[in-house]
Amino acid sequence: MRIWKFGDDIDTDAIIPGRFLTIYDPAELAKHAFEGTRDEFAREARAGDVVAGGSNFGCGSSREHAPLALLGVGIRVVVAKSFARIFYRNAVNTGLLPLVCPEADAIRDGDAVSVDIAGGFIEANGKKFAVEPVPGFMKEIVDAGGLVAYAKDLDEVKTCNTE
Amino acid sequence: MAPVDAAMIHDITGPLAVRVFREMGGERVYDPERIIMLFDHQIPADSIPAAENHVFMRQFAEEQGIHNYDLLEGVCHQVVMEKGRAAPGEIIVGTDSHTCTYGAAGAFATGIGSTDMGFVLKFGALYFRVPESIRVGVDGTFGRRVGPKDLILSLAGDIGADGATYKALEFTGGAMREMDMAGRMTCANMAIEMGAKAGIVPPDATTWDYVTARREIEPFDLAGDADAVYAERRNYNVTDLAPQVAVPHNVDNVVDVGDVAGTKVDQVFIGSCTNGRYEDLAEAAEVLGTADRFAAGVRVIVIPASRTEYLKALRSGLIERFVEAGALVEAPCCGPCMGGAFGLLAPGEVSLSTSNRNFRGRQGSAQASVYLASPATAAASALYGEITDPREV
Repeated sequence: MRIWKFGDDIDTDAIIPGRFLTIYDPAELAKHAFEGTRDEFAREARAGDVVAGGSNFGCGSSREHAPLALLGVGIRVVVAKSFARIFYRNAVNTGLLPLVCPEADAIRDGDAVSVDIAGGFIEANGKKFAVEPVPGFMKEIVDAGGLVAYAKDLDEVKTCNTE
Repeated sequence: MAPVDAAMIHDITGPLAVRVFREMGGERVYDPERIIMLFDHQIPADSIPAAENHVFMRQFAEEQGIHNYDLLEGVCHQVVMEKGRAAPGEIIVGTDSHTCTYGAAGAFATGIGSTDMGFVLKFGALYFRVPESIRVGVDGTFGRRVGPKDLILSLAGDIGADGATYKALEFTGGAMREMDMAGRMTCANMAIEMGAKAGIVPPDATTWDYVTARREIEPFDLAGDADAVYAERRNYNVTDLAPQVAVPHNVDNVVDVGDVAGTKVDQVFIGSCTNGRYEDLAEAAEVLGTADRFAAGVRVIVIPASRTEYLKALRSGLIERFVEAGALVEAPCCGPCMGGAFGLLAPGEVSLSTSNRNFRGRQGSAQASVYLASPATAAASALYGEITDPREV
């Protein structure tokens, strides 16, 4: 299992271009992940590989096709210095784990990688990189297996007073 | 969990939201009156899968009793605003990142993914983290042929593509109060390009005039507390602002137009939820003036943001001027900004666009380049076939 390292401001148009948005099957989307900007990814990435980015990973469009395309490849974890807000939520909601790693810039492309969520780090090329814990409320959703599984057990939700 | 006042779904991200709604065991949506459905990204259908998505969504609307604007009304954010579906103080979500546009109406509006929307369709609520706010004070008076798009591009350049991540931008100050609704929508629209969760213009008489003309609602006071705590305060003055251009391939890669003047362009796109309103088309037409034709070899694509804006432009003669000058005027839709329907770029081609994103591959080939600018700069560049300062036309 290897690291696929990307830079800062990786946008969701790069992860899955607009012309493929009529596709909803993760396995089909996976064939077009990073098409045009990093063509070898869809050919060579394997289940269990880890995508790593710099700051603002997943910026741009709200298309949930982006985390689905990565899940279709078999990616379960994305590590980045920071995430764009909508991508972060979409990842959690679809069961792709976004891990914030302040030292992500030091992670190198192609390194062998393992992930220890309980231990709070990933290990790449023998070096440990600390990752921040997933915030409490979102952890409940991740632990349930995503928002769909979480919602199945709910009959109604209690809302706060926003007056 | 917070209750959601309105939820918008369109042809690209809507089908996935409906699938999620079903997977969550959803049978009836929480309130069909609060759901806004329309098609704008791939219309008229540009492929058989797109046509199938439209059919799927139409059937869902019919089954659930949701009013579907279908493909007739225009780009989602323009339609939500002009139909009076957004009002001060409301919480509105949409499966489109530029949902933040409704901050121009004083709403808290934010883009969400399809799974979140599936949850909203079922429960009418969503979990939110309350964002901290950045107060953006804008004062001064715009110079000739400089306007809201130049302001918001300069802000993107200054704040950065992730400078407001998870925060709300509050646009205040004299220049915002002077700005019309079209300009406020341009500004709020691009809050997401700084990572913001929302971009809000505090409602004033301009806001209420717009909203009360479109729905029955009694105006009320809504403003930040005098002692409100802001994460950051930033102040700008637009008086000496030059026309701005975002250069490839990031929205925060912003320069004065003079720095890139002379760059050859193959295509100019005037439209989108950012700049496809009547005011934007009028701004472009004013620069076009009485010129015979746009430059030879430049494809000029003009797309009004909605049927309403199209009719206004048609009746006032703007459309006739664009067509005479050699523009392709298309029916209201997202157009080239969608990056998959039409108006795509070949490798090596250059587009200047009034839309909101210049990411690599956004408008076609990943080897193409997209520059972002105002309608005035777009029209000037279309006239000369190269990026041109509209003040010099």
